[in-house]
Amino acid sequence: MERSGAGAEQTGNGAEGPLWEVFTQPSDGSPFEHAGSVHAPDAELALQNARDVYARRGEAVNLWVVPSDAIVASSPGDRGPFFDPADDKPYRHPQFYKVPRGIRM
Amino acid sequence: MSSARQPNDSALFEYLLRLGDDRLILGHRLSEWCGHGPVLEEDIALANVALDLVGQAANFLRLAGTVEGKGRDEDTLAYFRDAIEYRNAKLVELPNGDYGRTIVRQFLFDAWSVLLLERLQRSSHVELAGIAAKAYKEARYHVRHSGEWLLRLGDGTEESHRRAQTALDELWPYTGELLMADEIDKQLAGTILPASAELASAWRDAVGDVIRRATLTQPADGHMHSGGRQGRHTEHLGHALDEMQILARSHPGAKW
Repeated sequence: MERSGAGAEQTGNGAEGPLWEVFTQPSDGSPFEHAGSVHAPDAELALQNARDVYARRGEAVNLWVVPSDAIVASSPGDRGPFFDPADDKPYRHPQFYKVPRGIRM
Repeated sequence: MSSARQPNDSALFEYLLRLGDDRLILGHRLSEWCGHGPVLEEDIALANVALDLVGQAANFLRLAGTVEGKGRDEDTLAYFRDAIEYRNAKLVELPNGDYGRTIVRQFLFDAWSVLLLERLQRSSHVELAGIAAKAYKEARYHVRHSGEWLLRLGDGTEESHRRAQTALDELWPYTGELLMADEIDKQLAGTILPASAELASAWRDAVGDVIRRATLTQPADGHMHSGGRQGRHTEHLGHALDEMQILARSHPGAKW
């Protein structure tokens, strides 16, 4: 890890450092899944903390850590306009359509 | 194991006790942090390292018992030997002190352990090489953890720098015992063990590099404490063993 004056970056983040979101990949090729979060002063220690907290029992073959404040999240108020319109559009699922005879599944 | 005892067996037994006892005592010391770590994540990290070390100790002590051939298993060796029969270096029995001191001690040990285990993988003793190969993977993570923390404590705040430097100055005189080769090492060197001079210089390079990057000052090599390998320990080991052994000694054969 590149580092310089590691201590100076922490000001304002409390003694535990800022929060990082942890994503684990359970096996090669599978998608990364959100596992939880850790506190750490910098990226290298966030990776180590994530390993110790979320991957010490063999849960992962790869890890991502992302500063929590880099995550852009939808808000509860978005729920109506974002998600509800999908409720009455079953034809957006492939299962809605009958497969013609003779097509192999 | 071959059934016939080899001429080197008593030296090998002693050496396996050293490998096992270093890790058992350091693992016990680290386990004292459980529930007291500076932050939750580090509390878990130290407990993980402690468990790794105790696991390594169990493997080395089990093999020691086999080599000795008197029917002692790893639990008997761990719980029913007194301080004078322990063969760990004094460095690992010293009290934890503050977190900075714990990290300095851990780094000095880890940097040595990872280099030793790397070389022990090529030991002519097949079982020893196998145990070392498993432990080596764990040690690579341990030294990364303690090394990264030492960089941050040394090159952190004025307070963390001061505490790390104080710990380094106090613990440095205990490092000579890790590197020193005595009769046991000499009997086994070349086939079962790596050459100790080469190991010592590799350790100096690795430790010196991190100390420099952590903006700390490497203490001069003055008087070095020794005697742990021969069973002459500080008063701290007895207290640690009291706590570690009391359950097994109060209830011999207890299962839990």
